[in-house]
Amino acid sequence: MSTNAIPMALERDDKQNGLVVVAMEHLKKSFGNNHVLQDINLVVHKGENLVVLGKSGTGKSVLIKCIVGLIELDEGKLVILEQDMSALKGNDLIELRKKIGFLFQSGALYDSMTVRENLEFPLRRQLRSLPKAKLDSLVEEALHNVGLDTSIDIMPAELSGGMRKRLGLARTLILKPEIMLYDEPTTGLDPITSKEISSLILEVQKIYNTSSIIITHDMECARRTANRIIVIKDGVCAAEGSYDDLAHSKDPWIQSFFE
Amino acid sequence: MEEPILNQSQAERHDAKIISEVVSETISTSVIDKFFLEVASFSIFTLRFFKDVFRPPYELNELAKQAFLIGYKSLPLVGITGFIIGLVLTIQSRPTLANFGAESWLPAMVAVSIIREIGPVITALIFAGKVGSGIGAELASMNVTEQIDAMQVSGTNPFNYLVVTRVLSTTLMLPLLVVYADVIGLFGSFVGVNLSGDVTVYLFFSQIFQSLEFQDVFPAIIKTFFFGFAVGLVGCYQGYNSNKGTEGVGKAANSAVVFASLMVFIIDVIAVQITNLLQN
Repeated sequence: MSTNAIPMALERDDKQNGLVVVAMEHLKKSFGNNHVLQDINLVVHKGENLVVLGKSGTGKSVLIKCIVGLIELDEGKLVILEQDMSALKGNDLIELRKKIGFLFQSGALYDSMTVRENLEFPLRRQLRSLPKAKLDSLVEEALHNVGLDTSIDIMPAELSGGMRKRLGLARTLILKPEIMLYDEPTTGLDPITSKEISSLILEVQKIYNTSSIIITHDMECARRTANRIIVIKDGVCAAEGSYDDLAHSKDPWIQSFFE
Repeated sequence: MEEPILNQSQAERHDAKIISEVVSETISTSVIDKFFLEVASFSIFTLRFFKDVFRPPYELNELAKQAFLIGYKSLPLVGITGFIIGLVLTIQSRPTLANFGAESWLPAMVAVSIIREIGPVITALIFAGKVGSGIGAELASMNVTEQIDAMQVSGTNPFNYLVVTRVLSTTLMLPLLVVYADVIGLFGSFVGVNLSGDVTVYLFFSQIFQSLEFQDVFPAIIKTFFFGFAVGLVGCYQGYNSNKGTEGVGKAANSAVVFASLMVFIIDVIAVQITNLLQN
């Protein structure tokens, strides 16, 4: 485990850990006098699941929203799939976003559309010339992958919390992203469903070979899914390591996450 | 000493504290500053509409869907309102005209009133109440539940999909609804005339068409495009830029109706002045 010592590898193809797909250097973001991110440095490697821990209000969600450009950074360098985010505008930004999947905490399902239409929505916009038969098969495949085959023609309001999360995941995966961002994927779910969602995250990593950043407070989810964990405190990456490294940390603050 | 981990309720209070600090900071901004900031923000939103309206992809299916929801679904309300306006205006005007021995002018007077002013303005106000508030609440709700963010991260331009289609629909549908309300209103007036008289449909509408001129109809229709544009744009602006939280949804719906109604009156005043200038 290292403390305040996240390696910098913006342009490095790390032979040991794999290609760097997300790299952040000295990221800063404030909302008025609230300095949420003060100096974030981290990297995510190809095929890696990185779990981000931290107290509420420490800017974990802000961090992943910066990655997709929903929130603009104040300072720092953010490189995603070898592209500098600060230099991307318009169509270039849209093209990069197609390679990034984002599972929102609430699922963010389009509640005026059926399950089928929710899945078709991103496809119709990204692949406008896609034949109807191909569209249908992609939708069915995506639903099958998350175990929602029988729910195709119902409205999102009729789905349970776990099913909504699965649908949100299916909608994200339908564009086959290279990077997945999960914003508290198990919040509000019972332990069994949480376990299912954690398994699904691992399956996604395996099947799609995605790199993921998982924001969570659920230590069981972190234990099951993390290849590596970082802990954010006071707007900086305070600690980094594997689940076991951090679980055996002597720092009482780190320990309090595992109690 | 290390700061302890916050439990759920402490975390919520911590979030509430941050929000209250932001709100206090906002309140401390002077009213004039806030007014100009709002005007600037609305102007940028309007400019973005004109920029995006010509930019592909064109969301024609969504435009057709919104035109149906905004136009067709408003027909019953607009029809009933138009009929009642025509009927009541006729019943209320009859005694006054009768005092001056000008009862025969009733159809012409009611027609000019409805077509030039009452039809467009009342329909636009009803439209602002029904459609403007609906758009404001819908977009605000989408904002709260992160649906707009979800569209953005999936590579869709939510402004194009949500705002451009709705504003175009209101702009195109309101003039049609006003024509519909005018026609129904005139039928209402016909019923009103016949409650205490006996006038044939032919005679009633002959009098109306003899009294109406191109300059009564054309400017009245033109201004309804602007009314529709204002209602759609204000509704979208309030919803798209709403504060997060359920309170934001109610506020967006309410502000959409208030500001859209105000815009309708302002546009009406300007349109009347321009029409008068052109006619003189």
